Amino acid sequence: MNKLKQLLATGVVATIMSTAAQAEYGLNMPVGVTETSRQVYDLHMLILWVCVAIGVVVFGAMIYSMIYHRKSKGAVASQFHESMTAELVWTVIPFIILVVMAVPATTVLIDMHDSSEADMQIKVTGYQWKWHYEYIGEDIEFFSSLDAASNEARQVGSDIDPATVENYLLDVDKPLVIPVGKKVSFLLTAADVIHAWWVPDFGWKKDAVPGFINEAWVRVDKVGVYRGQCAELCGRDHGFMPIVVEVKSEADYAVWVAEQKGAAAAAKLASIEDLDPRELKQKGKKVYRANCVACHQVKGEGIPGVFPAITGSVIATGDINNHINMIMNGKAGTAMAAYKDQLSDVDLAAVITYQRNSLGNKVGDAVQPAEIAALR
Amino acid sequence: MSTVTDTHDDHHDHGPAKGLMRWVTTTNHKDIGTLYLVFSLIMFMVGGAMAMVIRLELFQPGLQFIDPGFFNQMTTVHALVMIFGAVMPAFVGLANWMLPIMVGGPDMALPRMNNWSFWILPFAFAMLLSTFFMDGGAPAGGWTIYPPLVLQGGNGFPFMIFAIHMMGISSVMGAINVIVTILNMRAPGMTLMKMPLFVWTWFITAYLLIAVMPVLAGAVTMLLTDRFYDTTFFNAAGGGDPVLFQHIFWFFGHPEVYILILPAFGIVSQIIPTFARKPLFGYSSMVYATSSIAFLSFIVWAHHMFTVGMPLQGELFFMYATMLIAVPTGVKVFNWISTMWKGSMTFETPMLFSIGFVIMFTIGGFSGLMLAIAPADFQYHDTYFVVAHFHYVLVTGAIYAIMASVYYWIPKWTGNMYNEKMGQWHFWISTVSVNVLFFPQHFLGLAGMPRRIPDYSVQFAEFNMWSSIGGFVFGLSQVFFCYIVYKTIKGGEKATDQVWEGAEGLEWTLSSPPPYHSFTEAPEIK
Repeated sequence: MNKLKQLLATGVVATIMSTAAQAEYGLNMPVGVTETSRQVYDLHMLILWVCVAIGVVVFGAMIYSMIYHRKSKGAVASQFHESMTAELVWTVIPFIILVVMAVPATTVLIDMHDSSEADMQIKVTGYQWKWHYEYIGEDIEFFSSLDAASNEARQVGSDIDPATVENYLLDVDKPLVIPVGKKVSFLLTAADVIHAWWVPDFGWKKDAVPGFINEAWVRVDKVGVYRGQCAELCGRDHGFMPIVVEVKSEADYAVWVAEQKGAAAAAKLASIEDLDPRELKQKGKKVYRANCVACHQVKGEGIPGVFPAITGSVIATGDINNHINMIMNGKAGTAMAAYKDQLSDVDLAAVITYQRNSLGNKVGDAVQPAEIAALR
Repeated sequence: MSTVTDTHDDHHDHGPAKGLMRWVTTTNHKDIGTLYLVFSLIMFMVGGAMAMVIRLELFQPGLQFIDPGFFNQMTTVHALVMIFGAVMPAFVGLANWMLPIMVGGPDMALPRMNNWSFWILPFAFAMLLSTFFMDGGAPAGGWTIYPPLVLQGGNGFPFMIFAIHMMGISSVMGAINVIVTILNMRAPGMTLMKMPLFVWTWFITAYLLIAVMPVLAGAVTMLLTDRFYDTTFFNAAGGGDPVLFQHIFWFFGHPEVYILILPAFGIVSQIIPTFARKPLFGYSSMVYATSSIAFLSFIVWAHHMFTVGMPLQGELFFMYATMLIAVPTGVKVFNWISTMWKGSMTFETPMLFSIGFVIMFTIGGFSGLMLAIAPADFQYHDTYFVVAHFHYVLVTGAIYAIMASVYYWIPKWTGNMYNEKMGQWHFWISTVSVNVLFFPQHFLGLAGMPRRIPDYSVQFAEFNMWSSIGGFVFGLSQVFFCYIVYKTIKGGEKATDQVWEGAEGLEWTLSSPPPYHSFTEAPEIK
């Protein structure tokens, strides 16, 4: 037994040392950057210390008993087996502790529910597997999905070391931008399945449920970049739809808003020009890689039984109008989303052209952005 | 297990039939108990193998081995197999073996239904596991099978639904049998408040099962019609509500959690007094605490869905009700410690596992209390903190209690003592590794790692590696457990009838192994 004890001791020491080395990686909940997140952190620490205190008493009594009340020490068993007083004491005292805990918890909860008097509203929509942000009343909206570097590195057998990718799995192509110090209210919903929007530094997460709208709010008091992830299992790429929020000073935010409006106008102009089919195909490959591969796979073979193949499919090799309709409007009751809400006219035209003339398909036709625009 | 054969000729007792048909046609509570326990051990290994795949993929950041879709199948089926295939059948097996003996009866009250309720199970699980070979693979929407996600599943979806129906039917029949046995098969003088606590906790568990398994059946049937018959129970576009499913599911799910732990409370309440050589402290308060927990389990379900967007009043109600559960649970822990206090303790393997249970279940209880605080739960929810919490209460809780009960009663079942040294090694290796496995997951969750993800940001790398190493060692030590059990069945030092010095109760008045029909004449109850 002595050897075993030695072994155990070594293990414990190793664990503690490793834990200390990990300190900078975070062992605990972040304090966060909002009043709410600090309140939540305080509640968390309070309940943690209450548990530690109870644990010390309970485990202390157990360990004492295990050391001193053992047969090998000659302990003789007493035969007492009930005490009304003891039962009352350990019913009433925990009850009082719980009431004391419930008071601050209730206060914080009431505060978190009060999303009135917000300075601005953003509608957040979860998609498989990206987020869509719409600034209500501002005419700004965009999708935010996993950035290209992480996406490449995370493929099975990519041979790219995740440690070499900056903010691996926690970076997006276009982050959400909000102003510092303003009360921003979020209206959360989803287009397909349930997702959950979570940035730990803000102190909460909230489900995005298709067909329903949930409300939550933040008032961030520090400029910076804050990262989070989808927290509700939403299918194959649930682990790959991060959230990045850039909190900017009011002046920087105003600049950003102006930029977005300029970019939107330029994008509208671009969609009218016709493009060379080869250019469409090239562009389509990028769009396909970003939006379609998760289900239909890199070579278009799909996953039998769940996600149909594109190679040789009736839709992608038959009447082009059916193909356009499928991509633009999706298929109800399946994971196939309506991409007219998600992609621009150029991207739609490109990806349809790509699917018809690549991935083993050779139909030979193409569709132009203007035709897509006419169908909207 | 040939050791259960009949050895006494003093009354004309028919022994078991010979060969394979003995197990197919048996109506004997011990044979069926053995079948349940063996089945549960096989499922424990199957579910464990899936856990190993999960930990292997999570060993390092990046996707090294499996596709994210397959990862989701692993987490989903791991949970279904462990809950419905390993823990629940293990408890039913223990109930079959021990309840008739503990109340002084000859057998279970409904022996033919008993046979049927077991033999449904292998078919249910064959059906569930066969989905791995179907187009679209096994269910991958999580064991909580939330729509709309679960409706996107492949061809395996209806098979999973029917498998759950069969498991439910099996559980309900088992539960009916337990209740009828306890109410009708007790020896004269065995009043309800004289029953051993394992009998009591199973009695209450059986009512929970009957109350909630039909609710689950209803929920999954609605999923089935939503997918195949164009109903829209859970689809907002047709006037339904995806959150409705979560309410129904957790109305089943929370009592289910106690179905998985109440019999464990009973087991530990049998073992600790034996090795403390002292009667259980606060017997009646234990019974009342168990009943209160069972009652509260019906009014706390929505604490699993604090982030789903409930009104403030709803969140407050479910937070308060959930916190209340700490009171009766605390009473139980305090009673176990008081039973140990001033006892004369020895630490054989069953006692080690029981003490491990009390300590680590309490740790799981603490994190449960933290999760009850709704505003804090907004951070904890759906992270590895939750994963750590429920594995502390289910692995080091329910499964530790089952291990304890196997070591405690296997000398009675087989007539052979297990190897004490091996048992102790099994305990210590398991206990060290299980903490290396699950304790760091608290930190991972707090630092922001969501659950059910196949790949993670590099800041979580080191704790995941620790966790995986702990997982592999824990997995291997359960293979060692199988070997210990096998070796004990095959032979070993002969056990006395009493087996343990401090053991009290009717099971210890029978021979080891006991006769084929337990008490053909009612024993005298002191």
